[in-house]
Amino acid sequence: MKSAVLVFPGINRERDMARALKLASGNDAAMVWHADTALPAGTDLVVVPGGFSYGDYLRCGAIAARAPVMDAVRDFAAKGGLVLGVCNGFQILCESGLLPGVLMRNAQLKFVCRDVHMKIERSDTPFTRGYNAGQVIRVPVAHGEGNYEADEETLKRLEGEGRVLYRYCSPEGVVDEASNFNGAANSIAGIVNERGNVLGMMPHPENHVEEIMGCTDGRGLFAGLAQHLKAA
Amino acid sequence: MTAPKNEPQITPELVAAHGLKPDEYERILKLIGRVPTFTELGIFSAMWNEHCSYKSSRIHLRGLPTKAPWVIQGPGENAGVIDIGDGQAVVFKMESHNHPSYIEPYQGATTGVGGILRDVFTMGARPIACLNALSFGAPEHPKTRHLVSGVVAGVGGYGNSFGVPTVGGQVRFHTRYDGNILVNAMAVGLADSDKIFYAAASGVNMPIVYLGSKTGRDGIHGASMASAEFDDASEEKRPTVQVGDPFAEKLLLEACLEIMAADCVVAIQDMGAAGLTCSAVEMGAKGDLGVDLHLDAVPTRETGMSAYEMMLSESQERMLMVLKPEKEQEAEAIFRKWGLDFAIVGYTTPTKRFVVKHGGDVMADLPIKELGDEAPVYDRPHVASSAQAVIRGQDVKPPLGIAEALVKLIGTPELCSKRWVWEQYDHVILGNTVQRPGGDAAVVRVQDGPKGLALTVDVTPRYCEADPFEGGKQAVAEAWRNITAVGGRPLAITDNLNFGNPERPEIMGQFVGCLKGISEACRTLDFPVVSGNVSLYNETNGRGILPTPSIGGVGLLDDFTKSATLAFKAAGEAILLIGDAQGWLGQSVYLRDVCGREQGAPPPVDLAAEKRNGDVVRGMIHAGTATAVHDISDGGLLIALAEMAISSGIGAQLLAAPSSIVPHAYWFGEDQARYIVTVPAAEAGLVLAKMKGAGVPCARIGTTGGDAIAVAGETPVAIENLTRAFEHWLPNYMGGTAAWSDWITSPRLRGEA
Repeated sequence: MKSAVLVFPGINRERDMARALKLASGNDAAMVWHADTALPAGTDLVVVPGGFSYGDYLRCGAIAARAPVMDAVRDFAAKGGLVLGVCNGFQILCESGLLPGVLMRNAQLKFVCRDVHMKIERSDTPFTRGYNAGQVIRVPVAHGEGNYEADEETLKRLEGEGRVLYRYCSPEGVVDEASNFNGAANSIAGIVNERGNVLGMMPHPENHVEEIMGCTDGRGLFAGLAQHLKAA
Repeated sequence: MTAPKNEPQITPELVAAHGLKPDEYERILKLIGRVPTFTELGIFSAMWNEHCSYKSSRIHLRGLPTKAPWVIQGPGENAGVIDIGDGQAVVFKMESHNHPSYIEPYQGATTGVGGILRDVFTMGARPIACLNALSFGAPEHPKTRHLVSGVVAGVGGYGNSFGVPTVGGQVRFHTRYDGNILVNAMAVGLADSDKIFYAAASGVNMPIVYLGSKTGRDGIHGASMASAEFDDASEEKRPTVQVGDPFAEKLLLEACLEIMAADCVVAIQDMGAAGLTCSAVEMGAKGDLGVDLHLDAVPTRETGMSAYEMMLSESQERMLMVLKPEKEQEAEAIFRKWGLDFAIVGYTTPTKRFVVKHGGDVMADLPIKELGDEAPVYDRPHVASSAQAVIRGQDVKPPLGIAEALVKLIGTPELCSKRWVWEQYDHVILGNTVQRPGGDAAVVRVQDGPKGLALTVDVTPRYCEADPFEGGKQAVAEAWRNITAVGGRPLAITDNLNFGNPERPEIMGQFVGCLKGISEACRTLDFPVVSGNVSLYNETNGRGILPTPSIGGVGLLDDFTKSATLAFKAAGEAILLIGDAQGWLGQSVYLRDVCGREQGAPPPVDLAAEKRNGDVVRGMIHAGTATAVHDISDGGLLIALAEMAISSGIGAQLLAAPSSIVPHAYWFGEDQARYIVTVPAAEAGLVLAKMKGAGVPCARIGTTGGDAIAVAGETPVAIENLTRAFEHWLPNYMGGTAAWSDWITSPRLRGEA
């Protein structure tokens, strides 16, 4: 696994992400500056980490989506390369047109940092092969704008094509309004693009990869990616 | 020098408007031998106000213990520095942002957090954790909800975006903060112990570089505002509140750490209170050098700013540095990369004068050392607070049964869960948070371990009000105890001393009393003060706040995996009470919120017992004997047990109170130096025998298990009911739900007394 972690001004979870990637693959991730116009040769995974790129001014992810490096990421994705966006990274991928929809302010209008539960909808993707379908995992969220929304047509397609990979649920795996803490449409926590090679998700699996973090449920995502890329 | 053109005439009214007393102005005339220019008057008012000069507090602060073998830097720099071994140092400080937060809660709180983060990374440390202590007015005060909402959003808004976990703190409500809330923010950073950066400039003709955001007109006279009482017109001071930009600060952090790593920096000082004035004077004075500033080079946000405005602006996210001349280009390239302003705004000189030039005019020419050193120092008159009567448990008639009182207390604003607050703070970023908010102390891993830091903020203002000396001792002892309860070795503190108007002898008496208590506790517990901040004039319309010396403590764990938590671990374990149960009800939450009496002498603090009991508990944690540990504080024994049950879902069967103490005093008394420790039942006998041998009071008081807190002879209280009471008050209150006011029994808390 040769991953590249994008660094925009204001991104602040790039170190957490690099640590999780190293733990899963044994390799150091390349940290790629936003002004760069190319990805390191041989990159097989691009990660857009969490944070507050450009202060989240204007609109979350809107400025980062127009950074020079994003052209390279769009090319990379068009060729089938794997792209993972977490939190601000999800917002950036939506703003850059790589994923449909938008992340609105949380329904409670407040920033929320807590552990939430997510149901793995399917396990036959590079982003979920480390889990079993139907499995419930616990991961932290830390965002003020994670309320996923898209037009009805898009939601219908996402559901119909099995592109919702992660969904908020109760600890027992029940998808209901009570566990949909940010008000996301269909309790969506993470989706992929049409081709299935670009994932955006709000929760932070990279913050649940070691015992000291209180839980290691996030490991599956990275282990699955490492496995997938090793096999490829 | 000749007076610059276009500046106002100096009149007695103008002097008074700058917060300078007539005798202080006389002092200025004597010092410089002429009438100051308008800019100079502004500079003096910035340097000589209470906030910057510590003129009322300085002589008393000298008594604080500040040394220990592990102290690298004590008070007097941007932050304190302690050695944690392996070439690593912890840099930390706490600071208040009270008045701005009352006027404009969101921006006041954000800039409080921003300011303290800057103090820490200015010294070369990467911030790894934030904490805070927030004091709000009574819940029913019409402004409280608005202030809570704004301050919490502001603290989170800055820390979350900057990218530092906010891992702990305190939130309290009391009517004495109605017109003057307290926002105390603490930041903790990690540095290499041989790469600490200081403010003192060295070398003549060295370029002084301005870095960071541009200078605007915000925050002019902010420090002066922090040095005066409030009244009903204070709202009009809104324009003096600065606006925070966490994005700019994050860039400034990365850029500063990068140029420090590239060995470009000789000296560095952040622009905090009194902005450019304070930082430039400090760099020169500390290095025995003069400073020539050329304001035409200062990056400004708006056109037409005068020298006076530039010197007094408190625009945020700015730094002043002296660079190694040969590294200037390298440093500039790093700053440009991060998109930040970089300008040479002056040079060091051998003259020891502070010279400010603007538009071809000399706007100020002052002796630089005297600006700081000759600031007035006052030994203000102080009277000791009158002693409160000791309240005996048997003289307090319990209005409720033990079970009812427990449910009521756990749902009071004082004792309820503050989850609503800390869930708005990112407390997991950086991936090192071992113990999240809600425990005795937060624990964060140091880089990849195995070391960990135990971090806490504590003070009990109602104790300080009733007995400043014991209250001061208790604040330090409680911070020490919190760190001990997670297994940490307490190393040092930062103190944030919030008091009323020092010109009133009874307030000055509180200050002096608390400081004596703090000093004594620090000395006995070997827990020195390495940084701090004094905030006086916290009063509105002549009514002072409760004396609130917030204590931020830092402790070290050699192995973070050996930290203890307060949750019960298994059913059937022995519950031990370590420390002497006396049943002190004076100033207890029980007496106030259940009996409606905010009275009496607070529990005395026996520092020798603190040390003895704490050292034993820490030893049990390190030896792996203790399975759960919690220190006993606000609300007493039964509240501590309830918290252990709530966080684990495991209940407890408890023996009845000993016959020597009335039950309500036993269960809810706030005796100090106590812990609850659980051990596997089979080991209880051995532990008790060992304790007896060591002369440590220790008793088995029950056994874990079940789904309720069940005191022999009392109605059991289901954990579910406790949890509901514990978790619901704050969300209900902030959501405006009717149920929030059920708890109110104290007329004083209702603001009627």
